[in-house]
Amino acid sequence: MGLPISQILLVTGFCLILIGLAGILVHRNILRIIIGFSLIDTGIHVVMVATGYVTGGTAPIIDAAMDKADAATNAVDPIPSALVVTAIVIGFSVTAIMLSFAIRLYDARKTLDIGAFTESKW
Amino acid sequence: MKRVFAIIAVLMFGAIFLGVVGGYSERQTRSPLAEYYLTQVPRELGAPNVVTGILITYRGFDTLGEVAVLFMVAASVGVLLASKSGENAQGTNATRFDERQPSELVRTGAEVILPLIFLFGAYVIMNGHLSAGGGFQGGAVVASGTMLLMLASSPTELNHGFLSVTESLAGVLYVSIGILGIVFADGFLDSHILPLGTFGTLLSAGAIPVISALLGIKVGAELSVVIDRFRH
Repeated sequence: MGLPISQILLVTGFCLILIGLAGILVHRNILRIIIGFSLIDTGIHVVMVATGYVTGGTAPIIDAAMDKADAATNAVDPIPSALVVTAIVIGFSVTAIMLSFAIRLYDARKTLDIGAFTESKW
Repeated sequence: MKRVFAIIAVLMFGAIFLGVVGGYSERQTRSPLAEYYLTQVPRELGAPNVVTGILITYRGFDTLGEVAVLFMVAASVGVLLASKSGENAQGTNATRFDERQPSELVRTGAEVILPLIFLFGAYVIMNGHLSAGGGFQGGAVVASGTMLLMLASSPTELNHGFLSVTESLAGVLYVSIGILGIVFADGFLDSHILPLGTFGTLLSAGAIPVISALLGIKVGAELSVVIDRFRH
């Protein structure tokens, strides 16, 4: 493949974000909207990891394949990976709260269609 | 009409993203901060896994914030879904459990795989500083094992009290190790309170394995409680 890896990853991440965004705007069912949010989360994580890639670098773990002296010259940037670990956990937490809200909304109106909740509309 | 607006919005975002991708050129060298981390983590902390070293020591305060967010989410889900189990307990509990027994494939498969999942989760937690892994990752694996257990055998009840006590205890121990860092070493959450040991063995890298294990226990217990709340 002639394309650089980070560009492939960037395009994949951005496509995931666009699909999630389309899902949020088009669907009526609350659960599908929540899946759209989850897709946007995953897309953003892929984009963040992709910006840390250095050409020809490898994972920032020192083991049999790469010893201490080579670490500074052969490894990719470890900082975006560390940030993404935190972001994944936070994304899961937000999804859990959204799902609990969906359960309570269903209890209130017995439907999962988002058109049934019109109190906040002006 | 709404669909047209939705399509226009997605297309506009797509144009912005195309601009970003087109102007992006792959990095050729690491930034100075990345080089600092890549050289200092093996030397000063004695941890082969640079990402875990950053997460637990150099950016340890972010990890503390994340632990706080997880705790808050577990409490919020408990509040949001608590009275629901109180309302429905009388009427539907009798019918819910014999609606649909899980299939034999799920039940037998769960018996075989569950010990392996929990063992793998413990392995990922303990090995966090040596190879890819860490507290959060291993905790998520343990919680997915719990979810399989709940799918496979519905009547199994998780002991919420035990899990909550475990999780709070792990959180308190994590903060107290941080305070020990102030007393014995350079600062909050410094991992030098324990000796560095031999590079690459299981008991090396100071306090990082201990902190990893505590994080893994906390995350595993927390995610299990959250998943269990959704069951009722």
